[in-house]
Amino acid sequence: MTLFERWHIDKPLFSALAVLAVISLVVLYSASGESISFALSDAVRLVIGFGVMIAVAQIPPETYRRWSVPAFAVGVLGLAAVLAIGVVRFGARRWIALGPLSIQPSEFMKLLVPMALSWFFSRSHLPPRLGRIIAAVLILLIPVLLIAKEPDLGTALIVMLSGIIVLFLAGIGWRTILIVLMMGAAAAPVLWAHMHHYQRQRIYILFHPQADPLGAGYHAIQAMIAVGSGGLFGQGWLNSSQAHLHFLPDSTTDFAFAVFCQEFGLIGNLALLSLYLFIVYRGLRIAFSAQDSYSRLLAGSLSILFFFDVFINMGMVAGILPVVGVPLPLLSYGGTSLIIIMAGLGVLMSIHSHRRLVN
Amino acid sequence: MRIIPLKNDSQELRLFESRILVAAILGVLLVLGLLTRLGYLQILKHHYYATLAQDNRVSPVPIAPARGLILDRNGVVLADDFPVFTLQVTPDRVPNMNRLLAKLKPLVALNAQDIREFHRRLAQHKPFQSVTLRAHLSEAEAARVAVNLTRLTGATLHAQLRRYYPLGGLATAAIGYVSRITQTELHGHNADRYVGYRDIGQMGIEKSYQKELMGRIGYKDVEMDARGRAVKVLGRILPHAGHNLYLNIDAQMQAIGEQMLNNRPGTVVALNPRTGAVLTFISSPIYDPNPFVEGIRENAYRALATNPDGPLDNRALNGLYPPGSTIKPFYAYAALQTRWFHPHKHITCPGYYHLPHSAHLFHCWKPLGMGRVDLKDAIEQSCDVYFYRLAFKQGINRMTRYLTDFGFGHRTGIDLPGEYRGLVPTKAWIKASGQPWYPGQTVITGIGQGPLLVTPLQLADAVAAIANHGIRMRPEVVRAIVNPVTHHVRFRKPHAYPAVPRRRKNSLKRLIGDMAQVVEGPHGTARGIAYGLPYKVAGKTGTAQLWSAAPGFKGKHIRSDALFIAFAPVSHPRIAIAVVVEHAGFGALAAAPIARALMNFYLLGHVHARPQNQLRPLVAQARIRP
Repeated sequence: MTLFERWHIDKPLFSALAVLAVISLVVLYSASGESISFALSDAVRLVIGFGVMIAVAQIPPETYRRWSVPAFAVGVLGLAAVLAIGVVRFGARRWIALGPLSIQPSEFMKLLVPMALSWFFSRSHLPPRLGRIIAAVLILLIPVLLIAKEPDLGTALIVMLSGIIVLFLAGIGWRTILIVLMMGAAAAPVLWAHMHHYQRQRIYILFHPQADPLGAGYHAIQAMIAVGSGGLFGQGWLNSSQAHLHFLPDSTTDFAFAVFCQEFGLIGNLALLSLYLFIVYRGLRIAFSAQDSYSRLLAGSLSILFFFDVFINMGMVAGILPVVGVPLPLLSYGGTSLIIIMAGLGVLMSIHSHRRLVN
Repeated sequence: MRIIPLKNDSQELRLFESRILVAAILGVLLVLGLLTRLGYLQILKHHYYATLAQDNRVSPVPIAPARGLILDRNGVVLADDFPVFTLQVTPDRVPNMNRLLAKLKPLVALNAQDIREFHRRLAQHKPFQSVTLRAHLSEAEAARVAVNLTRLTGATLHAQLRRYYPLGGLATAAIGYVSRITQTELHGHNADRYVGYRDIGQMGIEKSYQKELMGRIGYKDVEMDARGRAVKVLGRILPHAGHNLYLNIDAQMQAIGEQMLNNRPGTVVALNPRTGAVLTFISSPIYDPNPFVEGIRENAYRALATNPDGPLDNRALNGLYPPGSTIKPFYAYAALQTRWFHPHKHITCPGYYHLPHSAHLFHCWKPLGMGRVDLKDAIEQSCDVYFYRLAFKQGINRMTRYLTDFGFGHRTGIDLPGEYRGLVPTKAWIKASGQPWYPGQTVITGIGQGPLLVTPLQLADAVAAIANHGIRMRPEVVRAIVNPVTHHVRFRKPHAYPAVPRRRKNSLKRLIGDMAQVVEGPHGTARGIAYGLPYKVAGKTGTAQLWSAAPGFKGKHIRSDALFIAFAPVSHPRIAIAVVVEHAGFGALAAAPIARALMNFYLLGHVHARPQNQLRPLVAQARIRP
């Protein structure tokens, strides 16, 4: 039994994540204006993230299955508490203050929703019947609506996406999917009418970034300048003028990928994307080899959600998706999101390493 | 471990596999879309975005060159550049503003007003912008701050070159001045040339030699952050200093003339007849151009503009005067070219003249007449009746043709901007005026009245032509243009106009001899300046009665201006001069002594009229540059 096996760590996944962690240090050191202290705090954050992942991997998936529903319930309570006693920051009520810590329950929902829905579907034969699907949608809507109320449309959509992924993997019929898509298209104008002004503007800016180059379009334009000026081979490490001269906002968090693009170019992007895709591939392999439908659904949905996290952030930086505050897994500086991502990956490892060896 | 009840696992796995397959296809499509976008941005549009990133990053900041100096013919500095120090503070670099101000207090004089103003400006600026704490530091203050700069985090010392005219109003009429470039000038034709410059020549030499004086702007490429703060200098192109101009003007001679005019309205132009070099160029009253450099205050400007003596008028260049009797030698010259004119023939001057078949009398300035006069007497004593007759006999066309040949009615081509043409009643002018021309007008034009206006510069240039064998030179204020780096000297070449036609061999010599009589003759109108002169002067006095208000003449409607034109020495003329003193009455009394003093100074090196030691302070305060 190797060291990795003893600690329930999946070696390919761990290696890829370790490489990403190093890339994160390299990019954030540059993006922060070559700040050693910032790089150190990034290192601390990554170490904590890896610690969480390894800790989560030690617990067998059966335990998670059993605790899925209570955890989900606690999460929903947390969301309710946010609306009641939450702290307002940047015009939105998203945080609960717990002494020196402030936690964002909506982030946890990215993990708790797949767990709860996987549990829900694993209890019956798949594909599920219509009644079950409707029940699952109702369960999903509780946290989504609560989060949307904060308001935090970005997270609400991602939480909804995580639930939809589970629904999709559980095998809802194509006809149902078609009907839902058509209903969604029909509901779009109603949704548009109910959106906040800034939310509408973000979508508008996606198509016309030059309409307000110093206001709503500023992020998008400066990110595109960073990406485009990187070229094929990039400007080289520490040469991201967009970050160093503070033209690029949030260069250590949501737009860290833009810094990476300027410094390492298209070649670097291909390498980085390959790394992320490898992690997704590995997650799906784990899902295939999972031994019960709960684990399978959970592993599959967490892997696909990981893919969407990556895609949404990169798409935002590249200017094909609106500017939503979704960080790039591991690379972007951010505590809560990293811990959630690492916990999800820990669950994947747990599923992989706690297989029964007989089949 | 609890055993999960086995469902139809292989069927569920197959379902899961098919869903993952669909998701994978979708995922691949999304990734391809993303890669297409990244490829589009990073390969196809790379150049475009790289340019944008560079534009974000680097801004060119102009470095202004030093403006060329203006010096007189002996190297006395007339227009200089001197550094002005400004103390600025960048708030977001200052750890403790009160402590900084406390540290600065012993170094520079800061009164409560300065501090109040500073705090007001602080509130208006962003914290990363530098704010002026005090402008115009003395050299001692600037030095004290510079030494302590390392202790004064957040404070910076800015040096800027400012134009300065050390001799104040001396020769402003020729030198002009610079002032800030206005928006209209910046958006004019050559706007690009002036980017980065603060000043532009507004008048005089400063304007006409702007191109030589301005030098070439330098640039430094500065890396700017998103807030517009300079991060570092990436490279620089050094500026080229402007060329220095050496003038033909002699500052001391200029000062003598200005002192003698003593701010009475008047003007003096002295030329070297052989080269056209402008030795003196005075328009009095004089005014100090220095306030114009920084932008003159409105009330100060209004005081200058509404002064009845009109200090802002450039009388030498733009003053339009009736020449009075000073025009007579030119008519005499015209007459001397004919076969019918006999200069020795005497006529009788009864004190008046009337045209044939007319009862209207034209009076001589001497009411009882001068008796029998020939040309010599007529010039010496300025007999009006003689020239009334001569005018009637020559006719206006012949007169104006010669006046035009002597340069009247045309710009002299001096290297100063805005010169006036004056007015000569030529055939074309009479035709254009639409009025009939009467013989009586010809008669009064014959003594320099009527529709005849000349500038003092034209007078000086015309009398210089008499001195220079009938060859008129283009007046030149600038003598040489010197490159301050290579010390390459470019002299301005004298330019001769076509010689005034001469049909009689000795006519010019005879005219000069008659003009010499004005000073040395027993009845000469300028005999008052002859005393003790070691050289011979040829001249002509004039007294112009003003009957129309020409531009620049305000207030007094009827007055007599005193005029005097002269050159010396008669045998080898080295200086030609025209003097006008307004409201001064008889020309010989007011104007001629000024001419004498300047000629003395130029030819002998000292002025009899005024002790030389009175002029010492000027030289003492002037900085001599080799």
